[in-house]
Amino acid sequence: MSDHHILPLKTYFLIFGALIFGTFLTVAVTYVDLGWFNTPLALLIAGTKATLVILYFMHVKYSHKLVGLFAFTGFFFIIILLALTLQDYYTRGWQEPLPVDFLDLGQNLK
Amino acid sequence: MVIQILKSPQTQLRRKKLSDTAQTVGRQHHFETAEQQYESATLGMWAFIAQEILFFGGLFGGYCVYRNLYTDAFRAASSLLDIPLGTFNTVVLIGSSLTMALAVRCAQQGRPKAIISWILATLALGSVFLVVKYFEYSHKWHDNLVPGASFEWNHPEFVNVFGGNVKIFFSFYFVMTGMHALHMVIGAFLMFWLIYKVMRGQINEHYYTPVENMGLYWHFVDIVWIFLFPLLYLIG
Repeated sequence: MSDHHILPLKTYFLIFGALIFGTFLTVAVTYVDLGWFNTPLALLIAGTKATLVILYFMHVKYSHKLVGLFAFTGFFFIIILLALTLQDYYTRGWQEPLPVDFLDLGQNLK
Repeated sequence: MVIQILKSPQTQLRRKKLSDTAQTVGRQHHFETAEQQYESATLGMWAFIAQEILFFGGLFGGYCVYRNLYTDAFRAASSLLDIPLGTFNTVVLIGSSLTMALAVRCAQQGRPKAIISWILATLALGSVFLVVKYFEYSHKWHDNLVPGASFEWNHPEFVNVFGGNVKIFFSFYFVMTGMHALHMVIGAFLMFWLIYKVMRGQINEHYYTPVENMGLYWHFVDIVWIFLFPLLYLIG
């Protein structure tokens, strides 16, 4: 398997530098109050870091497409899990409380 | 001692034999080529990692739901975690990912001594991470923040925050970081096995699948921490 692509050392150190930069960036933005946007931004930075690790350290960029599909599938199903769960929990507070009349309706019918 | 074994006549002979039969080294009979075997093994490792992603994903899902329900308690509890220590550990873990990636690179080049050095560096950085984690855990223990009978919540800054909800945050904290640490400990044991394999001369530039898969596992553990760090430490 000597035909496998061996990445130059420079690539590894560049990715390492980017990951360290991302770490300090995510700590730095914590101290800036961006309201609701703080958490999405932290997750965006974390997602970018994870993508760099997957593509270069885990060689997915240079692997068979099927490997990429397997890697993508795991994260894809997590997104389904989180999206469907959170669309429920995060929207529960949006509904107006039911009017009292409506709750009494059953008793009045008796 | 490692060098002595690497230089021993038996190891030299084994390595020569291995490079003589370059294309068949480490190849099981049910694979047609070494390349096919390598790709199957990597794909299998990725199937395992996909399962691991779903396992941690369930924990992340639970965390998101409870964080939404008890936002104030989660913020208060998170502010008690040590951000400098967490940042230090993140840097250490990313560093260990780099050394692991370099170990795989040396395996691709067939340099056994360098592989062992980089794996030892990875082990050292992983140990630093776990030692820091131990100090963080014991600190939480002394502050009575570990969910259980000794849990106490009377922080002067957050008198309005209900302790029971803080307990939920720390339950997530200990389970998620604990499962992550457990994965690291298992990884560390696997690395000793890997060093043994390299010392026996079973790894070379034609067959380095165990090193590659160990790398995949270690990088996955790193990715979990990349998400854990901001979600647990940085929401205060």
